[in-house]
Amino acid sequence: MEKYTLSVLVENNAGVLSRVVGLFTRRGFNIHSLSVGTTVDEHISRITIEVKGDVYMVEQVSKQLSKIMQVIKIKTLKESEMVKRGLVLVKIKTNPKNRGEIIEVANVFRANIIDISPSTLTAEVTGSGNKIDAFIKMVEGYGIEEISRTGMTALERGANTLKLDK
Amino acid sequence: MVMTGADLAVKALEDNGVEVIFGYPGAANAPLIESISHSSINYILSRNEQGAAHMASGYARVKKCAGVCTATSGPGATNLITGVATAYMDSIPMVALTGQVATPLIGKDAFQEVDIIGATLPFTKHSYLVKDCAEIPRVVNEAFHIATTGRPGPVLIDFPVDVLKQICDPEDVDGADINLRGYKLPGKANESQIKKVADALKRAKKPVLLAGGGICSSDAVKEFNELVDATNIPVISTMMGVGVLPSDDERYYGMIGSHGAKRANIILNRADLVIAMGSRLGDRSVANAKGLERANKLVHIDIDPAEIGKNMQPAIPVVGDIKDVIKQLMPMLEGYSVRADWIDEVKEIRGMLEYTRPHNDNGFVDPKYFLERLSAKTNSDVYLTTEVGQNQIWCVNHFNVKSPGNFLTSGGFGTMGYGLPAAIGASRAQSELPVIAVMGDGSFQMDLPELGTMKQYHIPVKMVLFQNNRLGMVHEHQYLHFKSNYQMVNIEDGPDFNKLAEAYSIRSGYITENSQIDKAIDDMMSDKESYLLVVEVDPFEPTGDALNENKMTAQEED
Repeated sequence: MEKYTLSVLVENNAGVLSRVVGLFTRRGFNIHSLSVGTTVDEHISRITIEVKGDVYMVEQVSKQLSKIMQVIKIKTLKESEMVKRGLVLVKIKTNPKNRGEIIEVANVFRANIIDISPSTLTAEVTGSGNKIDAFIKMVEGYGIEEISRTGMTALERGANTLKLDK
Repeated sequence: MVMTGADLAVKALEDNGVEVIFGYPGAANAPLIESISHSSINYILSRNEQGAAHMASGYARVKKCAGVCTATSGPGATNLITGVATAYMDSIPMVALTGQVATPLIGKDAFQEVDIIGATLPFTKHSYLVKDCAEIPRVVNEAFHIATTGRPGPVLIDFPVDVLKQICDPEDVDGADINLRGYKLPGKANESQIKKVADALKRAKKPVLLAGGGICSSDAVKEFNELVDATNIPVISTMMGVGVLPSDDERYYGMIGSHGAKRANIILNRADLVIAMGSRLGDRSVANAKGLERANKLVHIDIDPAEIGKNMQPAIPVVGDIKDVIKQLMPMLEGYSVRADWIDEVKEIRGMLEYTRPHNDNGFVDPKYFLERLSAKTNSDVYLTTEVGQNQIWCVNHFNVKSPGNFLTSGGFGTMGYGLPAAIGASRAQSELPVIAVMGDGSFQMDLPELGTMKQYHIPVKMVLFQNNRLGMVHEHQYLHFKSNYQMVNIEDGPDFNKLAEAYSIRSGYITENSQIDKAIDDMMSDKESYLLVVEVDPFEPTGDALNENKMTAQEED
């Protein structure tokens, strides 16, 4: 099973997300990650979905999504032709002794320390899925209190865009 | 002039050519009913919302437009659901109008509140929750556009009662124009793909056309017949495709699938090129999907791109409207005709499996022979509806259906209780041809109260009720797969159906012998009003005469 990334432009109105997500459940497709946000045009949102499956399944996902009235445009992005990023906030257990060490690790990953308390430290890491996984693995040893992770979001490399047909 | 939201909705329905609405009232859709009463639109009150939805479906299939039904919020709306899902699975154009609790109460678990949009998401083509009366004209216009174009299907509009009552100055209406940039209708099919189909046909030794319901939906029966006339390619069909050629046409070899004709299944397997037109290639039609894929012999033509590759990967996919595709294909097949040895082979297959049944009188009527007689005596110039179960398969295999538009059945969803209300809808849609509802005693009892609707509105339906005091198809299933452990299939001690008809002032007949068939049919068909003919059938009468060739015997029940 491979991972595919779909970029989907949808009408920015109520109920769109439940239509999209419901379709995945109903047809037995697996969402690996999902993120949503508005675009330059406030009436349009972009949903980025990572799915796991074979090429036929991804084609079915794409065709079924197309049938949703509020789905305006879909593109399956190729791994080599896109930039893809996710974000994670990790609350790590700390003590005065190891705090410096953790900050060093964070620096290697170009993570930001965005909150600190006597017993914890919250780091923010942006990057590919692999980078985020690697960071989490590095700090696991110190003890992780909490993690909040976003779905991946992606754009095509170069001048290509997901344009609307006029 | 001020209008209410309901007035705007009804005005938009009129603009979309609606003449009749099937439905059931309640507090939430009451403003709509009120506005309908001041309009040119008639209504038919069903006895259950499910019946209203099936009536709208039967009406839509005959009238070739979107059928409209209405229900109130909560239980009214949930009762409608089975009818909406039935329409969805058979791609029937429908607009369902539901009342909803007032906007401020939505989400508060108010009296008779249900999230009907959420409930019907999986089986509507689209749905709307109207939040402001200014949207109504556009929403209604879009609903009809979506329901009737491309691959047809049901669209549901949920109207909160306060929006229906809302006073709206027509000046404030934000336009009635359709605005659907996300709605993708397929354009003209790719010419090079069609060229590939033509080339594959010319190379093929044993081609067959597999006709689905899409041929009827796309109004391409005439074009399909022209294609068959020109090429002589043998035709098999799915259930929704029954009638693309008259069932007695010598080029038609029957319905495929688990309850299909054995000869049709053999031909499907022997063919080296299968051209599927307007079919989902569902599991009941094509059991051996992988076999078709491996043989690399499938051409799949459909208007819905998502159907292609859903159940099977075709060798040649074509996305397009069947009517246009056939028109594009025809000139490429100039001078082509199917090979004579293949025709000889399929004729031999037919001959091999043709047999005549004895019609002995044994206290039961042979339902297959009955349907053959019904077909002959009416010249098949009727609309025939069926329920789901043995009665449905008997009709497919023994009634000579002349056109798919004249055969109304729940193919995809397999909804018992469909045939009777669908017949009411079909009869309401036209008065030229008689409407016959063929039913089993199980399915009849699912929507039996609609006899009241039939009577109240003087809608004549000829009802043939095969009575075997069993849920026959499951009974047979238990015989075949559960060692004759007959459970939950006995419906003996049911009502006396003739007395029941009498209670509704509907005339009726009752026969138990084959020798009574012709006269009983004459009595039924010559009656100007509705008529119920109860036909006593052997509980051990097999569904097929092909797949389950061994006739069950009563002794085996012990």
